[in-house]
Amino acid sequence: MSSVAGSAASAQPMPAPAPYQVERVRADFPILKRRVHGRPLVYLDNAASTQRPRAVLDAIEHYETQMHANVHRGVHALSQEATAAYEGARERIRRFINARASREIIFTRGATESINLVAQSWGRSNLKAGDEVLITTLEHHANIVPWQMLREQTGCVLKVAPIDQRGVLLLDRFAALIGPRTRLIAAAHVSNALGVVLPVVEIISLAHARGIPVLVDGAQAVPHMAVDVRALGADFYAFSSHKIYGPTGLGVLYGREELLTGMPPWQGGGDMILSVSFDRTTYNELPWKFEAGTPHTSGAVGLAAALDYIEQLGIENIAAHEQRLLELATAALNEVPGVRIIGTAPDKAAVISFTMEGAHPHDIGTILDAQGIAIRTGHHCAMPVMEFFDIPATARASFACYNTEAEVRALADALLDVRGMFS
Amino acid sequence: MDLKDLYRDVILDHNKRPRNFGQLEHPDAFANGNNPLCGDRLLVTLRMSGDRIEDIRIEGKGCAISTASASLMSEAVKGKDRAAIRRLFDQVHDLLTRQDATPSAELGKLAALGGVRDYPARVKCASLCWHTLNAALAHEAAAVSTE
Repeated sequence: MSSVAGSAASAQPMPAPAPYQVERVRADFPILKRRVHGRPLVYLDNAASTQRPRAVLDAIEHYETQMHANVHRGVHALSQEATAAYEGARERIRRFINARASREIIFTRGATESINLVAQSWGRSNLKAGDEVLITTLEHHANIVPWQMLREQTGCVLKVAPIDQRGVLLLDRFAALIGPRTRLIAAAHVSNALGVVLPVVEIISLAHARGIPVLVDGAQAVPHMAVDVRALGADFYAFSSHKIYGPTGLGVLYGREELLTGMPPWQGGGDMILSVSFDRTTYNELPWKFEAGTPHTSGAVGLAAALDYIEQLGIENIAAHEQRLLELATAALNEVPGVRIIGTAPDKAAVISFTMEGAHPHDIGTILDAQGIAIRTGHHCAMPVMEFFDIPATARASFACYNTEAEVRALADALLDVRGMFS
Repeated sequence: MDLKDLYRDVILDHNKRPRNFGQLEHPDAFANGNNPLCGDRLLVTLRMSGDRIEDIRIEGKGCAISTASASLMSEAVKGKDRAAIRRLFDQVHDLLTRQDATPSAELGKLAALGGVRDYPARVKCASLCWHTLNAALAHEAAAVSTE
């Protein structure tokens, strides 16, 4: 806002912000017109994967029909245009998370591969037997298993910080687990199973006070809140395109340049080299050193379009809308007899995990599906979280920019039907 | 899609009050089954009399389909010999997976599982108990998985 506009506004009451027009947002998502089992689709499985707006589909189609060729290779027009689109997407992502340089943005197949890249490249070259990696109970399997594999390879030790009955990380216990052998901390920004937001600022500050780098698994955070990797101080930040309205098969690893520069490549092939002979290969520079093989160019283009779309709606507006839905859903589900919400932390993203007395989550999922309501049921790739709460599974509803208050009511009404069937 | 075809009254009843629930002390055979997708776990314990199941108990945690299927199975196989159980298994398998299967009289109450075939994601729930029973009968006292 210019100073002129600012002073003009100060003379009068501030105009109310334009209300969030969810029906207009819905019109941008073609799939939301679908009917499922004869009922309008109520898509509440956004923590598993979000739907794509028309703008993303158009951007991919434009790329595929107008400019596709292999990147970084040809001198011909299409290859140059494809390269510009791909590298333009990288710059778009840099801006979205406020990284310092686009060479700090590595394209991967998803958040899972981003974490594996750090484990295999940074981890294998920095960890020795007895060194420790500290994670939390709230992690997705993608932020557990890569460290267990690293443990097999290096003899490092995996430590796990506990949570309380609300799903809140016990920060003092976490701090106490940081020891002289702690070499890396890897924590989710938002728990995928419960929606609980972790105190990553405090985690990073505790870690950095001891000179320990931190990897943040941001797969469930970037769709719901503004993320500034430099303000957070994250050393690595991983997320997936398909959870933020972009295509599947693409993810991002942000890494601080100093760290990335010191890391060896983890996959070899084309694009990640400067020169190859049978005696000696010179690796490419950042970020391409970590991008062996032909990349998912159309995916990158689609993700860039998704980020443009989010910026147009305003991530703060999306967050406020989702928080309203979360509040409504929490109140409505608490009214359904037998429902127990798992994860009652004060700070949550728009994810609500629950169980119902007498009804297994799988049965809940099937009964809701018959009404066109899509939720996730199961352990959400977070079996240690289920074990902590001593439950085999939960049902999980997760909200996105296009969900409505009517959909929250449809969920609550359907749960009353489930209750009727099983009581 | 009519949910009543999946959640028939017999299924809801056996889910709420599973028959032969618990564990046999000093069983002749047992097996653990689990379905990682839904977190279902099932323990089948058997007392044998030669080739015949003299007594059976089932215990575990699972969805309505998995619990009811195990309960119905426990009633159906008690007192039967291996050959008869094998025939039942084949018929249940057909019932769960083949659209053209028509339940025979031999299936009895197990025919209530006929709605499951329209819900492919739930077939594993209904079949877990049978795979676990087979493992117990084979004296494979190791965990089986339907994944």
